[in-house]
Amino acid sequence: MGAGEVMDRSERTVAYDSAGNERSAVAGERLSTASEDSARRLLGRLQPFLHAHPPAVPAIVLALAVLAFGLLVGDRFFHPFNLSLVLQQVTIIAILGIAQTLVVLTAGIDLSVGAIMVLSSVVMGRLAVDLGLPVALAFGAGLGVGTVCGTINGLLVTALRLPPFIVTLGTWNVYFALNLWYSQSETIRAQDLEAHAPFLQFAGIAFDLLGARLTAGSLLMLVLFVVFWYILAHTPFGRHVYAVGDDPEAARLSGIRVGRTLVAVYALSGLVCAIAGWALIGRIGSVSPQAGGTANLDSITAVVIGGTSLFGGRGAIVGTLVGALIVGVFRNGLALAGLDALWQEFAVGVLIVVAVALDQWIRKVSS
Amino acid sequence: MSAAEPILEARGLVKRYGRVVALDGADFDLYRGEILAVIGDNGAGKSTLIKILTGAETADEGEIRLEGRPVHFRSPLEARAAGIETVYQSLALSPALGVVDNLFLGRELVVEGWLGRWLRKLDYPRMRRLAREALDSLGLTTIQNIDQAVETLSGGQRQGVAIARAAAFGSKVIVMDEPTAALGVKESRRVLDLVLDVKRRGLPVVLISHNMPQVFEIADRIHIHRLGRRIAVVRPQECSMADAVAIMTGAIPPPAAAAA
Repeated sequence: MGAGEVMDRSERTVAYDSAGNERSAVAGERLSTASEDSARRLLGRLQPFLHAHPPAVPAIVLALAVLAFGLLVGDRFFHPFNLSLVLQQVTIIAILGIAQTLVVLTAGIDLSVGAIMVLSSVVMGRLAVDLGLPVALAFGAGLGVGTVCGTINGLLVTALRLPPFIVTLGTWNVYFALNLWYSQSETIRAQDLEAHAPFLQFAGIAFDLLGARLTAGSLLMLVLFVVFWYILAHTPFGRHVYAVGDDPEAARLSGIRVGRTLVAVYALSGLVCAIAGWALIGRIGSVSPQAGGTANLDSITAVVIGGTSLFGGRGAIVGTLVGALIVGVFRNGLALAGLDALWQEFAVGVLIVVAVALDQWIRKVSS
Repeated sequence: MSAAEPILEARGLVKRYGRVVALDGADFDLYRGEILAVIGDNGAGKSTLIKILTGAETADEGEIRLEGRPVHFRSPLEARAAGIETVYQSLALSPALGVVDNLFLGRELVVEGWLGRWLRKLDYPRMRRLAREALDSLGLTTIQNIDQAVETLSGGQRQGVAIARAAAFGSKVIVMDEPTAALGVKESRRVLDLVLDVKRRGLPVVLISHNMPQVFEIADRIHIHRLGRRIAVVRPQECSMADAVAIMTGAIPPPAAAAA
């Protein structure tokens, strides 16, 4: 039995080697101990699996992190209230992460997601409270502003052929400046929202379930993940997003309208940012032009830790949810363990570097 | 008889890039059920000719007829819609996507009913079945997992996927640009067999190649391009490889009988 298993494994290893992995052929000539050898075999089988399932690594990391903090901190960590708190804490970043994932899948990056989110929330708040417009109108206008901001990003990337990094670095500043100008740097108080437009605080509605405190915002986030999982995995548009990020020239020759797909991706990303703005109002209760200062980079962190490749075309939306949860669990767990907050930043930094290094290694299966 | 009429023909094609004349009154004829090889020295204008026939470029002058009707392709999409499929040298496959996704890229099938109409839900069961049929009909049985990423396939298998895609959707003409250029001897053999399979299924093939032994082995006729025009059309049985190369490079004049 045992010998048969070994045979089986070595055969499979040979199969992968013949698929063009030159380095392992060289390594095979080197004398190595049995344990080194079996470890290499295990890696040789792991790589294609991870290549086919990008969110597998973050899922494992999340499971290990939950287990580790459970052992370290004990019941306080596993308490339903604490776990639901993590969910609340990651809601905004996870929604922005959806917007970011769309753009990163096309081999782009969007530094303006946080600014679009805040600008949209300010538009909703000011129109409803200061101008007294019907809340549906104010809400729609906020979503519209987010979509327009995203569309502008997309047009700059496609029509002017500017790198997404530069475009969104610029529009980040532009949108944030517009946000400060339109809000006059003033916060709209929670009481005013409650009196004039309680709908804008919808995402903050909380209800208790089996000791956990769930918010409408967290549920909204989960619904958005299901919607975008469907769009990316089960519609022609979703497949086109991957193809455009993978190899734009091949996509063009296959009959995909690359420019149109890219503009649609940025527009959709802007719309999702505006929805994040709505969720943000619910989370903090008020409308603050200064909220979400680190949201841009946090959303990229969630996407990267979630296993989506910054080179485009690879990854899955569920990875971003897991990535955001990993960051949330680390921050929460380390805080409960009584460590200084600076170690949270340290841990997140290490996670980012490890995630990108893993991505590079997994991508090598193709070469 | 319909075989006497070319399925795809071009007359007097002219294409200028600035002051460079890439095509200088080029003609072209492809008949039903044949493999036509197009050979020519670098810079002879054969890739420009192919680009015009497949819609990637538009001609400045001249006309193209498909089944006798004049056509004006402004993009590869239009040529594709008219039934001309191209297997590009770059293959135009999306490496991270699976075989099924690649076969249907740009013309995905959605389910029938409201799910398809309103939610654009992809019909994966149907696409998988058709993909399997397309691969099987060309004997591409070494690809076992049709969901695996194209980049995990060998070079010959990738070429096979690209050819299967063209054969599955091309209703009138298939154009292949250097299909064996990046392959080893064994894989080239497999691909040439695929080209012959495509011909056997009744689809005419335009084959652009630098590999003279391969051209002479599988082509029915050879279109020799020189200095922006068709200088001769020869049959491999009636012309030696050395003569074809000599005509191509201008070392000997084209035979009077073969001059187009």
